[in-house]
Amino acid sequence: MRGEQKVVPEVVVAATSQRLELNIKDVGPLAVVGRIVSFLLGLWLVLLAGNSQAAILPEDRSDVMYHGYDGGGLEVVGPSVLVRKGYKDMISIWGNYYVDTITSASIDVVTTASEYEEEREEVSIGVDYLHGKTFMGLSYTNSEESDYSANSVRFGISQDFFGDLTTLGISYARGWDEVSRNGDATFLEDTDRQSYRVDLTQIITKSLIMNLNYEGLTDEGFLNNPYRQVRYLDSGAALGYSYEAEIYPRTKTSSATAVRAMYYLPYRASLKAEARYYTDTWGTDAWNVELAYVHPLAKGITLEVKYRFYDQTAADFYSDLFDREQAQNFLARDKELATYTTHTFGAGISYEFAVPWVSFLKRAEASLFVDYIFFDYEDFRDARVTGVAPGSEPLYDFDSIVTRAYISVWY
Amino acid sequence: MLQRILYTSCLLAVVLSSGCSSMELKPWVSPYERNNLADPIMSFNRSPIASAYMHHVYQAREGARGAEGGSGGGCGCN
Repeated sequence: MRGEQKVVPEVVVAATSQRLELNIKDVGPLAVVGRIVSFLLGLWLVLLAGNSQAAILPEDRSDVMYHGYDGGGLEVVGPSVLVRKGYKDMISIWGNYYVDTITSASIDVVTTASEYEEEREEVSIGVDYLHGKTFMGLSYTNSEESDYSANSVRFGISQDFFGDLTTLGISYARGWDEVSRNGDATFLEDTDRQSYRVDLTQIITKSLIMNLNYEGLTDEGFLNNPYRQVRYLDSGAALGYSYEAEIYPRTKTSSATAVRAMYYLPYRASLKAEARYYTDTWGTDAWNVELAYVHPLAKGITLEVKYRFYDQTAADFYSDLFDREQAQNFLARDKELATYTTHTFGAGISYEFAVPWVSFLKRAEASLFVDYIFFDYEDFRDARVTGVAPGSEPLYDFDSIVTRAYISVWY
Repeated sequence: MLQRILYTSCLLAVVLSSGCSSMELKPWVSPYERNNLADPIMSFNRSPIASAYMHHVYQAREGARGAEGGSGGGCGCN
């Protein structure tokens, strides 16, 4: 089974947009450090081949956002606040406070549990440092909810070169999660996560810029949802099937490669195109494409529309209905591991305005973006439907509305 | 594999820094030609707070993850 993770003693290097990342899969810690150092030394020989024009830090700005997700019986709302402030064009410090307030009566919850409410708080802090054409970033994120705690650290470094036509970066992240189960004080599991990213951005022409991004991820530990269950045929049950707990492999290695392009149209508007391919050791392959159009109007108004298509295959150990109890060593009925497609249609408007009554603000912008997403499953059935033979329920689909409303200020 | 990468990197460094005019590849878009690229509508990540949220939504609802990057853009600087 592809779900069995292999130890792959190799360093994977790939290039992407604004950050460059080094991908190392499951090797010993000393070997990892040695390879990272060797890789960076070799890389820097290339990158430090002469440049004179300096890069810049991100702008000083703050954003306050209300976000909302509503679909499939799941409602998630909350605020997000992002603040960034630079110092002497060398250092920029940022912080983000984010909350998800969740009310769930999703199909999983309705069929195997009862509706619940929950809150997740996430705090991130980071510092970016610019020295000449070298940009470094270090960040820390903590996420807490009643049954899940996650901490992660990311370090990235990027370099502008070739007359600033090219930006190459790498980053590495490490995460430590703790999984518990409400109502079961004895349940506690760990998950370790690693991410390696390589990022190459290239100016192609006066109106076209492209980005290539590779990310490899490795997860190790408890990777399934401690509440979710799979169903299997059971002639002795009233419905003709029963439920048992999911069992996932304890390791997972994923890789994703994306290419993006931005093109400036002759009448001051831009087109964005994106394509990504994803594969993992659980047997899931996925790809998505996206096309967006940004059109500024008069008086500070900017309109944006987009379309995104996503397609994935099921994990090797996924089934909507297993033939029997404990049918195989790994079991999953998570619809995110099923075969399905999504269509996203999005539109947004931004209005930029001056703030003369606040002396230290350069400008402000109010934005509203709304996306409609349609999920269409090919092998996940609607088990809320009863009175039919198990496995012949209609295939499940649902739609959702995703809202972002936010105010941004620059200072 | 790693050794090949290092050798290739060293070779590229020598080539790029050699100053040999017959081999030198010069930047083909000058800084003064980057007005379009510097326009905010050309940023891969025009709104960091909204982009981060959409990445979170997709990661939570889809099996795929990673390579969401694409931050920055515009003039090719950070």
